[in-house]
Order: sequence, then C-alpha cells, then structure tokens
Amino acid sequence: MIRIKDLNRKWKEFTLEDIDLHVREGEYFVILGPSGAGKTLLLEVIAGFHPPDRGEIFFGSRNITELAPEKRNVAFVYQNYSLFPHLDVLKNIEFGMRMRGLRDRARVEKMAEYLNISHLFHRNIYTLSGGEQQRIAIARSLVTDPEVMLLDEPLSALDPQTQETSRKILKKIHSDSKLTVIHVTHDQTEARVMADRIAVMMDGRIVQVDTPEELFNRPINDKVAHFLGVENVMKGTVTANDGGVTLIEVDGTSIEAISDYAVGDMVHACLRPENVTLSKMRVKTSARNIFEGAIIETELLGALVRVKVDCGFMLNAFVTRQSAEELELKPGSHVIVSFKTTAVHVV
Amino acid sequence: MNKIPFRKQFKKAIKTDPLMVSFSFLALLLLLFVFLTLSDMIIVQVTSDFPGLIAAAKNESVIRSIKLSLYAGLLSTLVSFLVGVPAAYILARKDFFGKRVVESILDIPVVVPHTVAGIALLTIFGSRGLLGEPLGSYIQFRDALPGIIVAMVFVSAPFLTNSAREGFQNIDPRIENAARSLGAPLWKAFLLVTLPIASRHLLIGSIMCWARAISEFGAVVMIAYYPMVGPTLIYERFISHGLSASRPVAVLMILVTLTIFIAVRLISAGWRTYDKD
Repeated sequence: MIRIKDLNRKWKEFTLEDIDLHVREGEYFVILGPSGAGKTLLLEVIAGFHPPDRGEIFFGSRNITELAPEKRNVAFVYQNYSLFPHLDVLKNIEFGMRMRGLRDRARVEKMAEYLNISHLFHRNIYTLSGGEQQRIAIARSLVTDPEVMLLDEPLSALDPQTQETSRKILKKIHSDSKLTVIHVTHDQTEARVMADRIAVMMDGRIVQVDTPEELFNRPINDKVAHFLGVENVMKGTVTANDGGVTLIEVDGTSIEAISDYAVGDMVHACLRPENVTLSKMRVKTSARNIFEGAIIETELLGALVRVKVDCGFMLNAFVTRQSAEELELKPGSHVIVSFKTTAVHVV
Repeated sequence: MNKIPFRKQFKKAIKTDPLMVSFSFLALLLLLFVFLTLSDMIIVQVTSDFPGLIAAAKNESVIRSIKLSLYAGLLSTLVSFLVGVPAAYILARKDFFGKRVVESILDIPVVVPHTVAGIALLTIFGSRGLLGEPLGSYIQFRDALPGIIVAMVFVSAPFLTNSAREGFQNIDPRIENAARSLGAPLWKAFLLVTLPIASRHLLIGSIMCWARAISEFGAVVMIAYYPMVGPTLIYERFISHGLSASRPVAVLMILVTLTIFIAVRLISAGWRTYDKD
C-alpha cells in the first residue's frame, strides 16, 4: 500500500537517511524508536508537509512524492491533536468534509456515535479532556474517508487509564475499517501490543522491520536489543479470571495477574525487570508467581546487572551488582524467579 | 486566570520586596507624567475656554482635518494590512538566507526620525522622484491624499507587521498541517484557520498602526502640508495664532481618537481569543 524508496530529508536537527519501507494494505504498522530518531519527520514527509530531499513515496501504484498534502487523502492525528481552537467540536469534525464540499450530517453523527463524542458537539475544545480531544481528532480525520491513517505518538499525552481506552479504540477502528495505519511511538510495550509489524528507527534510519515476536526475540543488533530489552512483554491467553485475579498462559506456563480480561482473550502481560526478584532457593514470599529457570546471559549496566532467565518463557530481571555477585549469577546457573501478581500489567 | 483582587496582589507585592516599592514609585511617576499631561490639557481647556472648544468643534476646517486624519489613517491601516500581514506570515513561518536583513529593513521606519522619513518620501514620490515622476500622470503625491497615505504607511506599517508576526508565531504549524491533511490547500488553511486564530494580534496590530498613522506629523507635513490633517492644523494654528488657538483642536483630536480607541478595545474584549499569550 505505502512504499517508500530511498527517502532522504534533513530538517532542523532531524534527518531521514535512505529510508526504504513497505507498509501493506490494511496493516497496523508501528514505527518505534527513541525520541529524536526522526519518526515524526518521517510521518510528516509521508503526509506531504515536508518535501523529501531525495527519494519517492508511493500509495499503491500512485507516485505521490510531489503531491500536495491536501490531495493525499491521509488522516494525520498529532500527539497534541491540533484541533482548531476557534471552532467548536462539530465544526472541527466537519472541517475536512467542508473542504471537499460535502455536507453529510448523518455521516458526522454516525462517526460521533461510533467514537462516543456526540454529546460534545457544541463544546469549546478548551474544555475537553485529552482523551476526548483525541477522539475528536480521530473523528475529524475519519469522516473524510482517508486511505491511510498516520498517528503521531497517539497515546503518550494521555494518562494510563485513558491510554487503555484509547488503545482499544484504535484497535477497534483498525479492525472495523481495515485502514492502513502507521503509528509512531517511543514506547516499546505500546508497539508490541498494537503492531502487526514494527519498524525500529534510530538516528534517522530504519534498522529493523519485523513482526513483534520476531523483533523482540531476534533483535538485529545490540543497539536494537538494548533499546527493546528493557521491559518484559509476554503474549498469552487468559485461562481463568476469578474476580480480577487472572491466570494467563504464556508458552505453557501460567502467570497470575490482576485484570478484567475474560477467559480466552489474547493479552500481553507486561512486567518491569526491576520488579522481578531472583533467589537461589524457594523462600516464603507474598509473590504468587514463582518459577524455576536457567540464566541465559547477564549484562552489566552500570550499577545494575540485567539477567536474562529462561523459565518456560524469557524474562529479564534487574539486580544490583552486589546481589549478582552474592548469588553467583552466571549463564547456565539455576535461579528461582518471583514477582508479585500486582507487578504484572495486562494489556 | 488569577482571581486575587488587584489591590491585594499589589499590597502583597510591595510587602515582599523593597525592589517592588521603588519600582512601583517609579512606575507611578511615569503614569502620572502621561496622565497628568493629557488630562491637564483637557481640563484647562474646558475650564478656561469652553466656548473656544465648542467653536473649534463647529469649525469646518477643524472638522475636515480631523476627519481626514481618521480617514487617511484608516486607509493607511488597510494598505499596511494588505502588505504587512503576508510579510508577517512569511517571517513567522520561513527561515531563509538574509531573513535578519529583511526584518531589519522592515523595522527601520520605527527608528528613522520622521522628518527624515518625510524628506526621503518626498525625494522618491515628488514630481521628479524615482516613483513620483513615472506615476505623475496617474497619481499625485505631493499635497494630496496619496502623499499622506504613503507617509502614514511608512511610519506605521511596522507596528502591524510585528504584531501580526507575533500572532502567527504563536500558532503551532501543526494546526495548519492538520488542516492541510484534511483537504485544505494552504491558502484555505491560512484564511480559515491561521487568520481567525491570530485575530486578536491582528486587531491589536491594526489599532496600533492606525493610532500611529493618525498621530504622524513630521513625515506627513513634508510631503503634504495640504490637505491638512489634524496634527498639521494644530501646528499651523500654534505657529500663527499661539497656544490658545491650537489647544481646542488638540483637545478635540485626542477626545475623538481616544473614544474610537476605547470603543474598539471594548468591542474586541468580547471576542474569544485563541492564541496563547
């Protein structure tokens, strides 16, 4: 659907170098990278706000490299939503249709209902929450029936609860509309949870493009691994939920967590490595998740050591250097891994 | 918005720091200097020679010159708007080689003595000037409305340009990008999104520009002594008949312009504003 060939662009302190990308029709494609990598610039070049210094962009068989942004039929949702402050909610949503000479109130209302913003039609945008503003920005671009949706850090300005809702909305829109989506983020959990495929971008270059599983299991080099290896994200299926206490099966092992997902739901269990405790033998603890495992590798990170453990699934743990020495943590040695139910974040 | 009453804020500020006490005193001096100077002129005129004021208000040449000031000021503001707003937009949005030079040139009229501006304008727009001569058969500048207007635009356009530019700079370019990806060509994005959001800065800039144009004397008098604008009439009366003859016109002039100025501010106070400040 979207093909980018040998794209180069310099703008202020950002650069894009030799970008080659192919985003498939209907794909949810995430561009993941640290801040300053040039992700937003790439998105803006795709939208046509910046002409490339070199290279070409195709939508299908159409070469759109020279096309003005208003003719690209692209929905662009910025991190700060960029709603028009001098127009009320309804007029914001209608803006794109007005530009096309359309007046279709029924369509606007249907979209508003779909995103649950009908009650906000005559509100001033300054009175809205971040989540509401985002839904309006999405509605505003979706009513124009775009071919492609570009999302610039859509979740990072939201509080954690709203993020959850927003994530679900984006997924729902994608599965209902089969729209081709490019979503830019610096948050690897978000990328892993949302993406069909992920492109890792660093210093203006695309370093690796893969499915989330492939990417997180086989990062192409140490830089990517370092960037990705910070958090444990385990894909699994909910097998039981007893009043919030949820059992999630990950690679044949059950993890206990707190969530409101139902049995059969595909979920991602996220666990920060600093919340994982390593010990030499089983001890009495309030942690409900206790597994035996073997150390795959250890890596020194300043005062901390990152320990990669295979305990039926792969898990990263942070321990202090002193603990690592006292427990004699070396590749091949056996350890007991434990973490609390409440330390697992389910998405 | 801060809801603490001004008086309390003021007291608190003074209590907290001796610097504020001395600064407040100095600020008061400035305030009194401006306020007393203008109000004293009005009060003296009203109390000592009220009939003179009435006579001036009924005098045809006085009415004509004040009207001309307002009208020429308005036309100058329109011209400044038409050329100043596009310049402001480019300066707010684009970086280019020589931008600093362009900015400085546009700001020069603010620092040039107005009589110098008048001489310069006369040189170029005079009957044998670079522009005055070729345009001579279509339009006359010397001692005519076009001359008044070029003088007013020259000295007042920077006020509008700078205010508009600040307004545009305050608008996140991403808002325009959003409008464009929604199907608006740049000119529509500018007219329907940028311009309305910057409206308050444009209005304030226009008022400043207009006020500056009306108050201009030096440049105008050089290129067009006739038809007489308000300040020229005041000057002429002062030179030939003294203070008592010129002051009523001065008082009228300030009353009329202040009234319009306050009215515009009051009307615009009701506008909702969208640019962050």
